[in-house]
Amino acid sequence: MHELAVCQALLAEVQRVADAAAAGPVTRVLLRVGALSGVEPRLLQRAFEVARAGGVAADAELRIERMPVRVECLLCHEVSDAAPNRLLCARCGAWRTRVVAGDELMLQRIEFRPAPAVPQAA
Amino acid sequence: MCDTCGCNVTAGNAHLGPAVEVLQGLLTANNQQAAHNREHFDRHGVLAINLMSSPGAGKTALLEATIDALRDELRMAVIEGDLETENDAQRIRAKGIPAIQITTGTACHLDAHLVHDALHDLPLAGLDVVFIENVGNLVCPASFDLGAHRNVALLSVTEGDDKPAKYPVMFRAADLVLLSKVDLLDVLDDFDPARATAAVRNLGRDTPVMEVATRRRLAIGPWLAWLRGAVAAHRSTLRPVAVTRPLAPLLA
Repeated sequence: MHELAVCQALLAEVQRVADAAAAGPVTRVLLRVGALSGVEPRLLQRAFEVARAGGVAADAELRIERMPVRVECLLCHEVSDAAPNRLLCARCGAWRTRVVAGDELMLQRIEFRPAPAVPQAA
Repeated sequence: MCDTCGCNVTAGNAHLGPAVEVLQGLLTANNQQAAHNREHFDRHGVLAINLMSSPGAGKTALLEATIDALRDELRMAVIEGDLETENDAQRIRAKGIPAIQITTGTACHLDAHLVHDALHDLPLAGLDVVFIENVGNLVCPASFDLGAHRNVALLSVTEGDDKPAKYPVMFRAADLVLLSKVDLLDVLDDFDPARATAAVRNLGRDTPVMEVATRRRLAIGPWLAWLRGAVAAHRSTLRPVAVTRPLAPLLA
């Protein structure tokens, strides 16, 4: 279960970005996780609920966009969907393919709580 | 004014809630450390090989046989990763080869920082090859670049020839797949090396698949030839060799 280690790296990065932006508490963290990334979104979600405690993301929601696997055939150049353990060209069946999507493990976006309203000048 | 540091958030639009587009890999810190480790190895002309497999597939036995075969040819050292015990490091040291044991406690994989700490105890200047024997595990080690130049995955014939289909991330990351304990094939009727190779091809990889045995009979010739070739290729290249990474597009 390396998702906790991945989650701690994620939270360190969230903290770094929050510090750099001098922004308030984090409300939402958005990730893209591919089916070939080696990380299981459900486990990452659970790890996040434990690891976020006490930090800038203590009340944040983790939203994970699951990315399907897509491969490009090196022979016929068709781009098609593929299962993580059958990265074959859907058109010609070749195994000489290149993964073009589905191995992402990407921190997309961090959202912060709105700052308190600034009093309007009379 | 930009989305990177949040300076586009003003009193006028702050009610929308500021947001920062990061677009960065989750393991950036590990990957930066891995690149640093690779620089250490390259500075001394050392080839680093990350050995991965299930527990008990024969990583340490392969290293023992390799040391016996090449001790007059290559200067070798081993970094051992295990949850507990110094047993594997002691087996290597018994062969007269330096071995650093990393005990990870409950952690199921090595990461680049753990390897970096071990490098401080290893005299790289006098070495040709460093083997990093990862924690026995076909899942977690695949996600962490250690700074090695080559990833080698062992699959023992007692495990089932469909392992590459069950653990695609690990076997996609391998530069070489070794089918180990093939001296047991004559008493096993359910492991077909051709099916194991086909399962690797189904991952879109033309990774070489070789057979090795280190016990009842010793058969490690193709592995030794691959290793000699990798050492020669590493020495002849001035730039660091391209590394197969489990997570290629970490930086979009």
